[in-house]
Amino acid sequence: MTARPAFQGYRRPDGRVGTRNHVLVVPTVICSSVVAERIAAAAAPVGTALPHLAGCGQLGPDMRVTHDTLAAYCRHPNVGAVVVVALGCEQVVAQMLAEAARRHGKPAEIVAIQSEGGTIRATEKGTRIARSFAGLLADQEREWCDVSELVLSLKCGGSDYTSGLASNPTLGRVTDQLVELGGSAVLGEIAEIMGAEHVLAARATRESTAAHLIQIIGRVETEARSLGLDIRGTQPSPGNIRGGLTTIEEKSLGATHKGGERAPLEDVVGYAAPIARKGLTVMDTPGLDVESVTGMVGGGAQVVVFTTGLGTPTGNPIAPVIKVTGNARTARQMADNIDLDVSGIMDDTDTLDAAAERMFAEVLAVASGKQTTAEVLGHREFAIHRRNPTI
Amino acid sequence: MKAALVISHQDNVATALEALEPGRRLEIGQVAVTVVEAIPSGHKVALGPIAAGAPVIKYGSPIGLASADIAAGAHVHTHNLSSSRGRGDLQPASGPRDPQTRLAEPPDDLNGADRAPASPTRRTE
Repeated sequence: MTARPAFQGYRRPDGRVGTRNHVLVVPTVICSSVVAERIAAAAAPVGTALPHLAGCGQLGPDMRVTHDTLAAYCRHPNVGAVVVVALGCEQVVAQMLAEAARRHGKPAEIVAIQSEGGTIRATEKGTRIARSFAGLLADQEREWCDVSELVLSLKCGGSDYTSGLASNPTLGRVTDQLVELGGSAVLGEIAEIMGAEHVLAARATRESTAAHLIQIIGRVETEARSLGLDIRGTQPSPGNIRGGLTTIEEKSLGATHKGGERAPLEDVVGYAAPIARKGLTVMDTPGLDVESVTGMVGGGAQVVVFTTGLGTPTGNPIAPVIKVTGNARTARQMADNIDLDVSGIMDDTDTLDAAAERMFAEVLAVASGKQTTAEVLGHREFAIHRRNPTI
Repeated sequence: MKAALVISHQDNVATALEALEPGRRLEIGQVAVTVVEAIPSGHKVALGPIAAGAPVIKYGSPIGLASADIAAGAHVHTHNLSSSRGRGDLQPASGPRDPQTRLAEPPDDLNGADRAPASPTRRTE
């Protein structure tokens, strides 16, 4: 181990590093989701499924996002092998998902429910493949990897006044430190940057990146306007408002602290698109927690740090999600769902720097295999962002 | 335990870290203010009078406009503070702004001088 911070990860044939080593069971379409979940359960805990509601009856951009998100999970470094479960008549092409995995050096097989002859036969065949893959993965060992290999997803949900004062600034310090060490971080939830875009745009390394950020925030604002709706109907949420947050600007300024104070904004990318640059990236995701985490993990994040004021259970099928709260009451009441308590910042028994040091250590421990509360409790929420109606 | 916290010296509101009763005296740097109504923990209290239509400042940035005159020491929340963003209900008062125009806007004092106010700078006793 070198003097630089490091973690023990799985080195992949494509050079990327995983923090988990899952057999991913991917349904191409909602119709094959139950079979996929049964196959994954039979190979648990290595097996993990991506049950979803899409894959057919979608047009243009939505179909593209569904396919690209599923393919992104097949390529993801936290995945060691892939079983694609097809129905047989859907739009998402099973072969393309399997190819996405194989191109990145992972074994991948397809089971199709119609050609196998139904649920029982498809489940049986898929289970045999998944267990055989799990056996292969069990032989792989973790190795020391430099911290610059990490892509950290920055997320907040169930925010209250402690989020902007304690947990988000703590995460911001971790972001700054990780980026200075050559790592990457990704911030999503465009609606929750609204009102704080000047903070991020000022740190953009290229004018075009700042312009892109402003443009997508303008799009979200225009969408709300074109519907004749007041964004206050959902932002801040009723829970946010009870917690003392009044406006989206206030929520956004607190939320944007997750991105640190110094980390340069290097890129703005589409939903679940590859996070290709070191430094800070903004991803175009909605504010809904599960859709947002799904997209950022699809982009390549191997660990998620999720700050919360009121407490929330969200996990992910392939990436560990670390829950952090600055609210002492939540740390007590929802202890089952909390990995890191930084509420001492609020009553001066802890400092942002000390809390950030503990958080950084926790990120490295989790990246090296330490289970998060979300993993222990089986929280594997997954939802692909949709913009248009099903046809 | 601090009673309230001000994040940036440009802010005209503080965040209550405990429930504040009317008559509670807060001293924050050069500013002293007496709480005039109950402020729930986590909610905002005005550090001075804020006129209707004026920006409410937290984290050194505007978080919306006062929708009514706000007295020093008063509770600042949805009843007297209104967001300026994503307001389809106000169309076309705040129509889509040209991204280039917005980028070209020089940050005003509120946004520019203290744009990364992560550390609490002043606290009350």
